[in-house]
Amino acid sequence: MDRSFFARNPSVLIFISLLALFTLMVTVLAEGFGVGVISTSFVKTLGKTLCLCLVAIAMDLIWGYCGILSLGHFAFFGLGGYMIGMWLMYERTRDIVVTSLSEAPLPPTEQEIVDAIGTQIFGVVGSNEFPLVWAFADSLVIQLALVVLVPGVLALVFGWLAFRSRVTGVYLSILTQAMTLALALYLFQNDSGLRGNNGLSGLQNLPGLEDVPQATISLWFLWASALALGLGYLLGAWVMSGKFGSVIKGIRDDEARVRFLGYYVERYKLAVFTLTACIAGIAGALYYPQAGIINPAELAPIASIYLAVWVAIGGRGRLYGAVVGAAVVSLLSSWFTGGLAPDLPLGFYTIKWVDWWQIVLGLSFVLVTLFAPKGIGGLVDLWMEQRAPDRHGADLGPDMGSLREKEALE
Amino acid sequence: MLRAVNIFVFWVLMVTAALAQDAPMQSVLKDHRDVIVKSSRKTIAPAIDAVATSGLAQAQQVLEAWQAKNMWLRKEDELFFRAEKTSSGLYALYDLDTGAQVGEAEKRDLRQIKPNSGIRAMLATALVQFQLSDPNAANRAAALQSLERDPSAAALEPLRASIPSEESVALRARKERLERLLTMAYDPDEAARVAAIKEMSGDLGVDVRATLNPILQAQVQVFDGDIPNDLNVKAMLIPGSDTLSLDQAYDLLVSEGLATKPLTPEDIRKALIANIDGGRVGGVPLVTLDTDAARAAAYQSLVEQGQVVPGVTSDQIGEIVAQYQFAEVYLDPLQPVTEAAERAISSINTRVAAGQGLDLVLDGLSLASIYFLAAIGLAITFGVMGVINMAHGEFIMMGAYAGYVVQQVIPDHTISILVAIPLAFAVTFGAGVAMERLVIRHLYHRPLETLLATFGISIALQQLAKNIFGTQARPLTAPGWLDGSLVLNDVVSISYIRIAIFVLALFFLAVFLFIMKRTRLGLETRAVTQNPRMAASMGINPGRVNMLAFGFGSGIAGVAGVAIGLFAKVTSELGSAYIVQSFMTVVVGGVGNIWGALAGATMIGFFQKGVEWLNPSNTLAAQTYMIIFIIIFIQFRPRGIIALKGRAAGD
Repeated sequence: MDRSFFARNPSVLIFISLLALFTLMVTVLAEGFGVGVISTSFVKTLGKTLCLCLVAIAMDLIWGYCGILSLGHFAFFGLGGYMIGMWLMYERTRDIVVTSLSEAPLPPTEQEIVDAIGTQIFGVVGSNEFPLVWAFADSLVIQLALVVLVPGVLALVFGWLAFRSRVTGVYLSILTQAMTLALALYLFQNDSGLRGNNGLSGLQNLPGLEDVPQATISLWFLWASALALGLGYLLGAWVMSGKFGSVIKGIRDDEARVRFLGYYVERYKLAVFTLTACIAGIAGALYYPQAGIINPAELAPIASIYLAVWVAIGGRGRLYGAVVGAAVVSLLSSWFTGGLAPDLPLGFYTIKWVDWWQIVLGLSFVLVTLFAPKGIGGLVDLWMEQRAPDRHGADLGPDMGSLREKEALE
Repeated sequence: MLRAVNIFVFWVLMVTAALAQDAPMQSVLKDHRDVIVKSSRKTIAPAIDAVATSGLAQAQQVLEAWQAKNMWLRKEDELFFRAEKTSSGLYALYDLDTGAQVGEAEKRDLRQIKPNSGIRAMLATALVQFQLSDPNAANRAAALQSLERDPSAAALEPLRASIPSEESVALRARKERLERLLTMAYDPDEAARVAAIKEMSGDLGVDVRATLNPILQAQVQVFDGDIPNDLNVKAMLIPGSDTLSLDQAYDLLVSEGLATKPLTPEDIRKALIANIDGGRVGGVPLVTLDTDAARAAAYQSLVEQGQVVPGVTSDQIGEIVAQYQFAEVYLDPLQPVTEAAERAISSINTRVAAGQGLDLVLDGLSLASIYFLAAIGLAITFGVMGVINMAHGEFIMMGAYAGYVVQQVIPDHTISILVAIPLAFAVTFGAGVAMERLVIRHLYHRPLETLLATFGISIALQQLAKNIFGTQARPLTAPGWLDGSLVLNDVVSISYIRIAIFVLALFFLAVFLFIMKRTRLGLETRAVTQNPRMAASMGINPGRVNMLAFGFGSGIAGVAGVAIGLFAKVTSELGSAYIVQSFMTVVVGGVGNIWGALAGATMIGFFQKGVEWLNPSNTLAAQTYMIIFIIIFIQFRPRGIIALKGRAAGD
């Protein structure tokens, strides 16, 4: 045990150097500072992809390492986005309102400014008063704290309720999915205080930085996302490499045995659940300013399932697998559904990828689950000539989330 | 031509002579000639009333001719006639009193009375009382309907008069009911009104409430000094209480002209802007006026300079309001009537609440049967076999689309539904068997992987449906005999489609119970579920049993799809709208037990309807609260309402 953390986790150094190289290349090639080969919108796409990779790491921690198939982590991602979105929208509207009110004969009172912001923001849902949830929208510091706190507290309460009543396996998955649906439906209401299905918009404009071009801002966000991803990877690798990580993996493979060994299984699960929810919230807070708009449809249960799809295709139980899966699948998805992929003429029928990509994705997902449970990460094992343990067809443990024989590394 | 003029002159002489004798209608019209010719809606009322209340037998024909724009004024002698255009281009004139043809005239000699649509409506109202005794039953029904929609005091007497001679039993019942309602509202005799109100107080009809509410209309009034005794006071109001806030009371004073308007911040702002003087208002620099306190101070200094009037402060509002008395006064001055009406409406409200409770129960029951129908397939695949099938919703969708396709081929809706149900079962049974053989078979005991793999199938199927049927909703029309609803009274009703779904849910419950408890397949399924190896060693082929059970569960989902498609829009997202609720139903009810699914569906259905009843405008909130409730419920019964015990529980 005297080897250093990095020696035990060679993938961390490789990953971080690759990430740094990638960020540097994009910066050089982007419009903001470099030669302008990469368009600003593509820089934003790459930045968003990095955020998705970060939430995929969170998903891998909870599913690949702890064996809990959470179908709620994209809801935490969305909540983080909403929290930062509230501040962005409030301050930006405030700037606009103050400018327009300064032309009035009397200088505006504080109340008049707040009323005008309320009318601007909530006019679309037929209201003009600030709901309670916007109480701290004028403070960047508090909203930044809420980015972590709101998903964290929600995960803590939900996880506490779920784990203490020993809800496990598919039941927990369905329950998390129900939580996500409840949250999405709640946000869809106009009187939820978050503008119903209009969502929050105009988030790409940073208040006070109107003069900075989007090309520059997109790079800032790319750097921030890359930094967050790097730190997230480091954190994930560190948490899972120690004793804590061993207990977590033990819970995944045989929860009852870990419990009988004297560990408080629920506390460990709760810790991982909450930690990953916070990471998801941070990823969301970085994602939505780049996307520019957030609405409740983003939180729909299907988004969380896609998150699981990414991790499964990338290869669960290894952090770089989650990153690769999220990056590859989300970039391919936007390529195919964006109408960029060329149609495939079959003579009797022309395959339009916009229509058929979902089917290909769905079926390839079935195939991966059936025949390549290691996902893309399995290719690395082939290359490194690492073999799976021979357990004569038995899985690593009896639990529903335990790794299969074919997935595990020796 | 000469001959025509001769005839005309002759008739003029004749008519003048007739008027000299007895032409009561003509004289009534003559009294109101100016108003009638002017044809203004505002001033016409006395003329119509005069004709309608003249008591003359010919009044109805006159009003009808008037309404049909067939009444003409002869310019020469200013007499009214009913005129009809003849084939020769002349107008035949008919006397309004006798109805006899009295001559012909050229159009330029006549002036048409053209009532506008407003006047025609008034004429129609006036005509109602005559039509109530019309020999034609359709006309009587139309008049009754018009009177029911727009009751009037004048119609009460003619209505009463028309009842004894009414032949149609249905019309007679309607007339008698309407007579009671009109008596409640308009009878000049106070005792008759009170009696009618008492008589109708147990009635749930909307019309009774619509009659009682105007009687009970009350208005908040302000009195300087004592309240006059002749007013029918509902309640004294104390300003500052829940029923009448100080501001409301003051607003009432303002609207009565008893007090001046209070100053709003907006008024202060406008007054300050109006008095800006070189960057200062009342000596205060403009830039400092960014708080309400500073603005109030600046306004005060303007008051001191005499530029503006002082505003009313909140203390003064209290003082001013205290000088007056406030009371809620019934518009109807008769106290016994309003008292009886109050009692009647409260007894009606009690019964309406009971009816609404019953209606809520029926609603909850029908929602429960929908959830049950959607979940019953899952009760087999998930509940009994333990297989998570995320594509279950898509099987529901496939069933609904199967129904749609059948309707395209077979236009008769009854036959097409009868064909669609077995066909939907067959299609989804096939799809279920294929899925079990190709995918799920390899993933038994790996429920999380099953969940994800079936989810992959689910998104593929959804997209496939989009590619085939497009994104717009497709109609699946119910047969005509399922249209409409079973109406118990004005409060409680339930549509036949919902009854049909309830029956279908019960039917499938019976089918499920029969197959699981009384057939070989059911026995084998239960055996394989409990212990596949032991079952196999007893000669059961577990693969085949699993395949058939999964196919059966999927088939039921397809039939549920046909039923759900009848009232929901058939889109590719139809299934995903139900999938979470279906899983919730099974989980809440208790896995592995059909009675659990039934209990879960009932609980979820009733709970959701209950929340919707508390907040009817917001069905989204109802679903949110329902899910939160389920999450909390699982705390107390983690294995559902009906939990399996012992070995059958699996662990």
